[in-house]
This record gives sequence, C-alpha cells and structure tokens, in this order.
Amino acid sequence: MDAILLQILNGLDKGAAYALIALGLTLIFGTLGVVNFAHGALFMLGAFCAVTVGKLVNYQVVTLDPTRTTPWGTPVEIRTPIVQEWFGDFGAFMVEYSVPLSILFAIPIMLLIGVIMERGLIQFFYKRPHADQILVTFGLAIVIQEIIKAQFGANPIPQAAPDLVAGSADIGVLLGFDPGTVVYPYWRIIYLLFSALLIGCVFAFLQFTTYGMVVRAGMADRETVGLLGINIQQRFTVVFGLAAVVAGLAGVMYTPILPPDYHMGMDFLVLSFVVVVVGGMGSLPGAVAAGLLLGVLQSFASMNEVKNILPGIDQIIIYLVAVVILLVRPRGLMGRKGVMES
Amino acid sequence: MSQNLGKIRSPLDMEPLAIEVHDVESASRSRSARNDLILICVFSAVVLASPWLLAPFGAAYPDLLQRFCIFGIFAIGFNIMFGLTGYLSFGHAAFLGIGSYAAVWSFKLLTMNVIPAVMFGVLCAGLFSALIGYVCLRRAGIYFSILTLAFAQMSYNLAYSVLTPITNGETGLQLTLNDSRVLDAASGIDPTSSLPVTNLFGMKMSGYPGFYLCAIVLIISFYISIRIFRSPFGMMLRGIKTNQNRMSYTGINTRPYLLAAFVVSGMYAGLAGSLMAVTDPLAGAERMQWTASGEVVLMTILGGAGTLLGPVLGAGVIKYFENIFSSFNAQTLHSAFSFLPDGLAEFMVTITHPFVGEGWHLTLGVLFMLIVIFLPGGLMEGAQRIGNMFSGSGGKSEAESPAEQTKPAE
Repeated sequence: MDAILLQILNGLDKGAAYALIALGLTLIFGTLGVVNFAHGALFMLGAFCAVTVGKLVNYQVVTLDPTRTTPWGTPVEIRTPIVQEWFGDFGAFMVEYSVPLSILFAIPIMLLIGVIMERGLIQFFYKRPHADQILVTFGLAIVIQEIIKAQFGANPIPQAAPDLVAGSADIGVLLGFDPGTVVYPYWRIIYLLFSALLIGCVFAFLQFTTYGMVVRAGMADRETVGLLGINIQQRFTVVFGLAAVVAGLAGVMYTPILPPDYHMGMDFLVLSFVVVVVGGMGSLPGAVAAGLLLGVLQSFASMNEVKNILPGIDQIIIYLVAVVILLVRPRGLMGRKGVMES
Repeated sequence: MSQNLGKIRSPLDMEPLAIEVHDVESASRSRSARNDLILICVFSAVVLASPWLLAPFGAAYPDLLQRFCIFGIFAIGFNIMFGLTGYLSFGHAAFLGIGSYAAVWSFKLLTMNVIPAVMFGVLCAGLFSALIGYVCLRRAGIYFSILTLAFAQMSYNLAYSVLTPITNGETGLQLTLNDSRVLDAASGIDPTSSLPVTNLFGMKMSGYPGFYLCAIVLIISFYISIRIFRSPFGMMLRGIKTNQNRMSYTGINTRPYLLAAFVVSGMYAGLAGSLMAVTDPLAGAERMQWTASGEVVLMTILGGAGTLLGPVLGAGVIKYFENIFSSFNAQTLHSAFSFLPDGLAEFMVTITHPFVGEGWHLTLGVLFMLIVIFLPGGLMEGAQRIGNMFSGSGGKSEAESPAEQTKPAE
C-alpha cells in the first residue's frame, strides 16, 4: 500500500510537467490549428529563465579580509552576492528564493517570446499543411536549442530549491504508515500544488472570463466569431502567448527537480505529444488527465516488481499506451468525436 | 457547403481527367524514357567521378564520400514515402539502426563478406517496417507522424536497455576476436590475431573500394527509385498524396499501396544502415534516436521532397557542410576574414562564430526554416525557378514537360 502511494506521488510531479506542456500544445492546436513542435523548446526556455535569474542574483563581489588568514597565509576572501550588497537582507532573500522569483521574470519574457513566435512565424503557416507546420516548428526548436547551447553550454546547470523547502516530508506518518516509508521532497509537493494552481487558472480564464468565452467560441467556430466583428486573430495570438507562459512556468519550477540542459525540451516534447494524443487532440481536460495518468503509469512501470515480470516496460510504457489508444480509440480518452480521427 | 458538393461530384469528374492525363502520358512516354536514361547516365557519371569532381572542394576522401552515398540512399528511400505519398514519418532512423545491427550480427556470426550482411540488413529492416507500417498506417496526418515517432523511440529505448544482449547497449555492437563467423571458418579463412576487415569476395572494403561499393549501390537505388516514380504504382502513390478520398471513392484500397511504399522505404533505410556497418562495423543505438530521423527529413526537404534528385542533393549538401562548418574555429574564421579592415573583420568573426564548429546545428536549423518558409520545394524548386528566370517565361517550360518532374509544391 505504502509503495503504491509512493509511486503515485512520484509519478504525479513528472505527470504534472507533461500535463502543463500538453495543455499548451492543445490550446495552440485548438485555437490556431497548428502543431507546435517547438513547445518543448518553450519549456526549456522557461527553465533557462530560472538559470538566468539564478546567475544574475549570484554575481559576487570578492573582498579580502586582512584580519583573518587562511591556513596558507593569504587573506580570507569573502564572497557576497551583489544584490546582497545593494539591498541587504532583501538581497539575501532574492538569492535564497531565486527559483520562485524567476516566475515573475519568466511571465513577461515567455509572453513576449510566445507573441513574437506567433506573429513572426506561425501566422504564416495556418493555411499550410500540418507537415509544413511540424517541419518549421521543428527547425525553430533546433534553432532555440542551439542558441541556448551556445549561451549556456551543454552541461546541466543545477538550481537549488530554497533551503526552507529543501528537505523531504514524511507523508506516510500522516496517513498512519511506518515512518520513513513514504518520503516525498517538499519541492515536489510545491510543484504539484503550483501545477494545479496554474491549470486551474487557465481553465478559470477560459471558463469564467468574457475574454475566455470569446476564445472558446472562436475554437468552436472561428468564422462566425469573426463575422460578429471580433478580432479573433488577436485573441488567438494572446492564447499562444498564454500557452508559452504555461510551458515556461512549468520549466521554471521544474529546475530544482531536474537540472536544465539544452535538450530537455526535446525529451519532454515527444512525451507531451504522446500525452496530447492519448488525452485527445483538442481536449484540454483530456491533456491534463492523460499527462497525470501517463506520469503515474510510468512511475509504476519503473518499480522493480513490475520490471522483473516485464523487463524494459518502464522504457516503453508511454509509447505502448499511445499506440494502443490510437488503434482502439483514435480520438483519445476525452477527444470530441470527429476531431482529427482519420 | 460548396466544398462538400465538390467532393461528392469528384468521382464523376475523374474520368475525363484520367483520360487527359493518360494522353499526355503516352505522348511523352518515349521522350520521358529517353530523359530518364540520360538522367541515370549523368547521375552515375557524376557519382563515380565524384572523387575527382569534389577534389577542389576538399571533400574527396573516401570516408566523406561514403557518407554522401549512404545518406543519399537513406534520403531516396525516405522520399519514396514522404515525397510520393505525403505521409511524414518521424521514425525512419529506427530502420537504419535495425539494418546496422543486423549487418554487424551477420559479420559476427556468418562471414565478413558484405553481400550476406547487406541482404540480412535489408531483410530485417523490411520485416520490421512491415510490422510497424501495418500498425502506423491505420492513421494518417499528424497521427501517423506521432505513431512512427513513438515506435522509433520505443526501439531506441529498448536497444539501450533491455535488448542489451543483442545490441550491446551503450557501448554499441562491435566485432570481437572470438566471434564464430561460421562461413568464414568453413571456407578455411584463418582467424587472424587482429580484427578482420569487411570484404567483398576478398577485396577489402576500406578506402576507395568501400566508396565504390556504396556508389554502385547508390546508383542502383536511384535507378529503382526512378522506376518507382514512373510506374503505375508511383502514380497511385501520388494520387494518394493529392487526394486520398478521391482514390477511395474510385474503389481503390489505398492501404496496401501505402504499406508497400513504407516497406520499400524502410528497406532503403536498412540498406543505408547495413552499408554504414560495412564501412565501419560498429552499430550504436544513437543511430535510432528521433533526431536522426529528423536529419533525414531535413535532407529530403532541403533537396526537394517528391523530386528524384532532390534527396541525394540534400543529403550531399548537409553532409558536406556539416563536415566543412563543424571543422571551422575562431582561428580559421580570422584568417578567412583577414582581407577586411581590422574592426570589420573582428565584427564578422563575432557574428559568424556561433554558426560554425560546435554551432553547426544552428546553421542547419536556420537554413531549414528558411527553406520551409520560402522554398517549400527545396533546392530543386530553387534551381527550377532560376532556370525559368533564364529561359524567359516561367509557364512555357512547365508546359513543355508536364510529365517529366513532379511539381515540388504540390
């Protein structure tokens, strides 16, 4: 029982990342009808927003303290981050909480990147075949990835979670299991809550605001909305930016779990596409549900007990599920009938 | 509404259209056949003479020339699927990898002769592509792309983890001294103290003999692809690309044609993979990764999907520039721009530096995006446009040779 609970928890945080990326992919597909192979790159860009902020706040000044000496007889070097020098305690706070603070930095950046991408490139591809859309966004993903590689190098850059939440929670004790059986890092709990909040925000935006209502109307029947005198194109551009922000924030918060490197986007992209397909192309709740489900499935498949029966199942389970779903129920778990079924 | 009407009426429209196409076809058949003969002759001459032709470009060494040929074969095969039917497969590298593994196993177990290895590799790739194709071709469009991608990733992950006894995991499958090599042992070739070299009936396949083997295989593959393009089968595939619904309305079951095309292109990939093993008997799982599949897509698009020469051209261009650009560094850039005034030279070096050496993929990505955006028909379309510009009117030359080349942008 406790092992099962642990696997579910372990799967959920990865699943949450899949769900967030897949949500953005579905939003873009539902509104613009574009298959965005560069969405993984947006996730990666978000992660590198956190890296950039981490680097900025950690710029250090070195002062020599002549009163103390090291065992080698040289004066002790005291390194203090510049922000701490400037802002005192608030600066120290910024250094400590650089990852959560990156969210504030990432939102405008990702929104800007998303809007530029849509206006500068994607808008010319609405009428082109899906193959062309896949190809051009694939090329864009390579370009973004290589720029990041040139800028930050090829090695993963670990980002630390704030000390306050660096430890692990012994969740099992709360639920009456033996201590030490179900241990879960605080940061992953935060990631789960954050994802839930973000997904909730997106759905609330679409469901309860007038703007979101118009967007949903545009998804259902673009022409009619246009005939009503609404500039639906502009709103779809904003939705693209929103999808970029969602992917970016997923990336920012994921950095303490997985040190970001330049090809993390590609790794997540392939899986997120599978998630979209399993959930149903164009279905937002489907994307979220399938993301969490596949994350948990993957985590179960990597249990030793399962691997002993079916060796290698952890490597292929997600793809296997996708193949089965596509053959048995091509519209996906929650897809609407008739959307992209052939 | 009007669209629906058009679709319903289309089977009726089909008949006069078909006759018209047939007329044009028969009228130009003899000329088309002669053109093909010229094309294959020129192609063979260029390929066989490439050690001399490419010498001024610094590309005339067997290792690189072999890579041109092998990726040319790979791209030709991919083009039979993508160029003719429009089905974009993102998993072709899996067949390349399977071909490589099969060929290396043949070297390990049977003989160092390349003929059984290539046959074995093509056969295995064909079998796998039939299996995978049968499943994937139940869906079209993006779903097909994602399904093939899923299968390729599955093969890659399995090759890395569970199938280690067959694939030797991360190290890669390679020859060892105590391989059995049944046929070699039976025919009395002594196991030597050093690792044996792949051979074709005693001729060692390293250096230029290896290149000429690849070149001849490339020419044969190119010939087969011409035959496929010109055959009724090829016309059928193009029909599927243009309008699959219409094909179904006329009572044709398109799936067997698609599957046949998929298997053929999978076998081409297997052929390329086994040739890779011939030139260097080592097979690793990274050949199956989806970025490798992406590479062949790039080659085909860059050259021109749906054209005969395009994929080979694309493969050559990409492999050539990969070789040139990735060897550049700041030093070579400085000497290249040394004719400019100092400040300007410095500026140019700073600008171009991220695009060469390690950053070669950046150049590739940018180039690829530009091609997809501005020149969807690839280099072949570009050549055609330039040709039309010189010949005066654009429409005239197209009317002259309606059946000769596919229109790349279709």
